[in-house]
Amino acid sequence: MSLNPMHQFQVYKIGPEINLGGLNLSFTNASLFMTVSSVLILALLFFGTKKKLLIPSKIQLITEMSYTFVAKMINDTAGSAAKSFFPFIFTLFMFVLFSNMVGMLPYSFTTTSHIIVTFVLAAIVFVGVTILGFVKHGFKYLELFVPKGVPMVLLPLIVIIEIISYLSRPVSLSVRLFANMMAGHTMLKVFGGFVISLGLLGGWLPLGFSIALTGLEILVAFLQAYVFAILTCIYLNDALNLHH
Amino acid sequence: MELEAAKMIGAGLAAIALAGAGVGIGIIFGNYLTGAMRNPSAAQKQFPNLLLGFALAEATGLFGLVVALIILFAF
Repeated sequence: MSLNPMHQFQVYKIGPEINLGGLNLSFTNASLFMTVSSVLILALLFFGTKKKLLIPSKIQLITEMSYTFVAKMINDTAGSAAKSFFPFIFTLFMFVLFSNMVGMLPYSFTTTSHIIVTFVLAAIVFVGVTILGFVKHGFKYLELFVPKGVPMVLLPLIVIIEIISYLSRPVSLSVRLFANMMAGHTMLKVFGGFVISLGLLGGWLPLGFSIALTGLEILVAFLQAYVFAILTCIYLNDALNLHH
Repeated sequence: MELEAAKMIGAGLAAIALAGAGVGIGIIFGNYLTGAMRNPSAAQKQFPNLLLGFALAEATGLFGLVVALIILFAF
């Protein structure tokens, strides 16, 4: 069973079972690793901003880099109007990044490899952006579905396509992150299984592959967090600056 | 047993979607390199767009992979 590449995604409870009104709220390994990544983010930001040196220490440098990275990303894609959403996007980016990175450690659990986690994050973004758009523009927000400069003949078709693409945003946003994480970790485990089954003689080739894939997965872990955050910025841009 | 075999075939067919992702990623990186060779000074600015396009192209293929996994494990 330990050779099954899907075994790593199993959620099991740690400690006592807690049932609240039919809901199973037991503390699982998923919740444990979510807590771990949240605590790591808090620790990084706490120790990084504790001593504000002019010449930064390493941990302060990492904190400042992540801050400026997200700030620049928001400014480039959503403009200065989205400045007030910095805390939200920073939290989102750091949580996804740390969940992905903690998942790269051997014997750990990748919380973002479960669709429910990523879908909740994407649904928060989608619902929040939609509410924001309607609050800011009223019913003029529906103009988002009517691109400018489209011939009248094509307009009904385009509007339907635009509405479908708008509604598929939470699905594509969540499935992208979840599928990348799950596919990558499955692939790592499959190659790990090859190392074991080929043994001492032939196992070196898949071991080398496995090492290279780990590097690729770390890149993908960062990239997916970045893409998740930047797509959130793009959606925010649509809601804040209509047709710009 | 027939259902089991059909599931395997279906999952294999669903994984063909990854071919499209491969083509898409190749096009994105190839065109980025072409553009960067023509105008190296503009290349650095378009790097975030490259990563974004790469992730978007990869995701569409991974949707197919998800379909394969759903066929294999969810039914």
